[in-house]
Amino acid sequence: MDGRLAAAPEGPTIAPGAPEAGAPQRDLRELVGELRRIVGDEWVYTQEHQLRTYESDGLLQYHAIPAAAVLPGTAEEVRDVVRACARAEVPFVARGAGSGLSGGALPVEDGVLLVLSRMKRILDIDLENGRVCVEPGVTNASVTAAVAPGYFYPPDPSSQIVCSIGGNVAENSGGAHCFKYGFTTNYVTGLELVFPDGEMVQVGGYELDPPGYDLLGAFVGSEGTLGVATKVWLRVVPAPETVRTLVAFFDSTHQAGETVSEIVQGGVVPGAIEMMDAKAIEAAEQAAKAGFPMRGAALLVELDGSERECEARFEQISAICERHGSDDVRVARDEDERQRFWKARKAAFAAMGRISPNYFVQDGVIPRTKLPEVLDRIAALSDEYGLVVANVFHAGDGNLHPLVCYDGSVEGEAERAEELSGLILEACLDAGGSITGEHGVGVDKKKHMPKMFGEADLDAFQRLRCAFDPAGLANPGKVMPTPRLCGEVPGPYRQHPLEAAGLADRF
Amino acid sequence: MTVEEAAAEIRERDAVRPRGGGTKLGWSPRGDDAVDFETRGLNRVLEHNEGDFTAVLEAGVPLAEAQAHFGRAGQMLAIDPPLGEGDAATIGGVMATNDAGPLRHRYGGMRDLVVGVTVVLSDGTVAKSGGQVIKNVAGYDLAKLFTGSYGTLGLIARVAVRLHPAPERTATLVAESDDAAALGRAAVALAALPLEADCLDVDWEGDRGRLAVRFGGTTAADRAREAERHVSLGGTRVEEDDHELWAQQRARQRSRDGVVVKVAGRPTDLPAVIRAAGSASVVSRAGLGVSYVAGADVATLREALAPRHCTVLDGADRVPDPWPAVDPGALKVMERIKARFDPERTFRPGAFVGGL
Repeated sequence: MDGRLAAAPEGPTIAPGAPEAGAPQRDLRELVGELRRIVGDEWVYTQEHQLRTYESDGLLQYHAIPAAAVLPGTAEEVRDVVRACARAEVPFVARGAGSGLSGGALPVEDGVLLVLSRMKRILDIDLENGRVCVEPGVTNASVTAAVAPGYFYPPDPSSQIVCSIGGNVAENSGGAHCFKYGFTTNYVTGLELVFPDGEMVQVGGYELDPPGYDLLGAFVGSEGTLGVATKVWLRVVPAPETVRTLVAFFDSTHQAGETVSEIVQGGVVPGAIEMMDAKAIEAAEQAAKAGFPMRGAALLVELDGSERECEARFEQISAICERHGSDDVRVARDEDERQRFWKARKAAFAAMGRISPNYFVQDGVIPRTKLPEVLDRIAALSDEYGLVVANVFHAGDGNLHPLVCYDGSVEGEAERAEELSGLILEACLDAGGSITGEHGVGVDKKKHMPKMFGEADLDAFQRLRCAFDPAGLANPGKVMPTPRLCGEVPGPYRQHPLEAAGLADRF
Repeated sequence: MTVEEAAAEIRERDAVRPRGGGTKLGWSPRGDDAVDFETRGLNRVLEHNEGDFTAVLEAGVPLAEAQAHFGRAGQMLAIDPPLGEGDAATIGGVMATNDAGPLRHRYGGMRDLVVGVTVVLSDGTVAKSGGQVIKNVAGYDLAKLFTGSYGTLGLIARVAVRLHPAPERTATLVAESDDAAALGRAAVALAALPLEADCLDVDWEGDRGRLAVRFGGTTAADRAREAERHVSLGGTRVEEDDHELWAQQRARQRSRDGVVVKVAGRPTDLPAVIRAAGSASVVSRAGLGVSYVAGADVATLREALAPRHCTVLDGADRVPDPWPAVDPGALKVMERIKARFDPERTFRPGAFVGGL
């Protein structure tokens, strides 16, 4: 992941829709002065050595230095900062923990970076109604920690120790348990939002079904392009009565894939089903030392829920694994062993660094039944390019994370790895899938958007974006493949305040 | 009819009210001059990918028909709103009105089950969002935006949904009481337990109410009996033949000639909702805090339960203001959404919240 491309493909761009984009560096001294008045001198960074910290998110091949980084401490400060940016027509990018993997929090050069890491208070816990209210900088793991042991917050991205709820809201984060439990969007019941013009509103809260259009549904997963969330109300759920976990080893991913199909086909919705291929097992084992044998595939299946239902289903699942050729099914005997299984799975990404100098993490989705044919195609591509591809999947929901290995010190290899990575996405699309299951589009995948969506679809997306952000100031250059202008708001005529005051005319 | 033909027809229209089975026509004012656009021609189940637990349906497919189709494979679309006269409610209509039934307790509403949508806008644009896979974060989620938009942004033409295994067996734990506060406490206590129940309802009529908790799966009856020990009310029983009971719960959400108000509250609000309902009947998704009150005076209910949002469903075309008040800042953005998606105000102008 640390292979930095000298010239980032489709690198950081500022949408021409953003005022002054492409213009020579603007003098932002006045704006910076205002930001200092809003948050205090010590929370505005403008020195290059300070700003370097924020030049990339979790996707290091993209980097850009903003004009200023601002660290507001309250929702009101966020509102005032956004308002000041709107007035000065300067683009801004909100950033949580910066652990995203699509360059969604990549700063805009000459823009303002709004860093929300100071806002990490848990504001309310109401277990009777199954809700918590938190600030956006609170980490994902600390939500569960705050409501444990009786309750938990299901979305659990692998970065959950560091990633923030604000970032999860922006990316609609998933995780290993979302096949059963759903994604961030299924857990957000309210948001306090600052729209890109600086208007602040609360949508929803503790209750479901706020009146009007589903602004929560539109906002969650909008990758920071519709505004900034300053408070988040989340649904938390009772922790399962019991959790049963097993790892089964197979000679091939084919066998493991068929096992997944039969488990799900049989009416079981496991809490998690994760698959690793031989290369991923090798890397994970080196890092986590869970005692995994070097086999063709490993399948981690976790059942959670009522004691009775789990008991009945667990036998069934072990039998299915054996029927599909697994001669090595290991059941976690206690929480320690379960944690070891999971550590091996979650270490798989970082562990690739032990078997390859550099790698790209891909994030594609396919219909689960297409798993065998897509794996074959990935293997063929890997051979053709002479690059190792290790595979880690959330197998239940068909979310693949192929890790494309390369050596950045070899001339041209990073570019070839990038190309291979793109072809894997095309294989996912050909199978009827998606270019991203949980990492988001950001800057990294916007070039792939036209492969998944037609012009009319992108135009409909743009309508939504323009409704929230007609000036194009919120995280410009992300999600949409080509920069677009919003143009006038069509629709019924409304008198402009300047007209009403007799100061301007409309022709 | 194809979606493209529907688009060509809509492009020529000045005013459109999308209409599916026509079972919820009274749920909002008609909209100035709007002429019905019937989706009955869009009635095909386009795909049912059994192995993937997904399906693609045209908007005019009756939900009952879709369920029968999925049921043959032991699957279901996990939403069970009342289907109206002749079981005519369509998938598009249920989505447009954000209707749901008791299963919402476990599976959420349409917004949580739809993975992709194709819509027709007033200029004839056919646009899609999402896809056909259950996990996908590419692009904006227009499916959620159109869910509950009451046909005011455009026509929902095609819907891709996630399916779930249908439970082999169900069983329901029932408890009765004449003490609304005790019922409320019992429901909140059950909601805090990891029961993995499919449904959790409380209903109230006259001076008595009952709590009903439904379990699904091979061990449903055992789990229902086990849950009995967590209920501190007298007169509990387990019903294994529970289909009629839940059909009743759904029926309580509707009224042929009266007014039904949906109260979006918190689980702990339930006793207050029952009190405010007076002699009206209440059915509540007790773990969600969403209640349906049939036959109440709207103004009295709103006053007693403020600031909770009260939306009139049945009878909305007969009361002065069926919609709750919206935050003015949020309304501004909604107006801009309406203006971007439906600039000519073709789709049911003025029929939705805040005059949208």
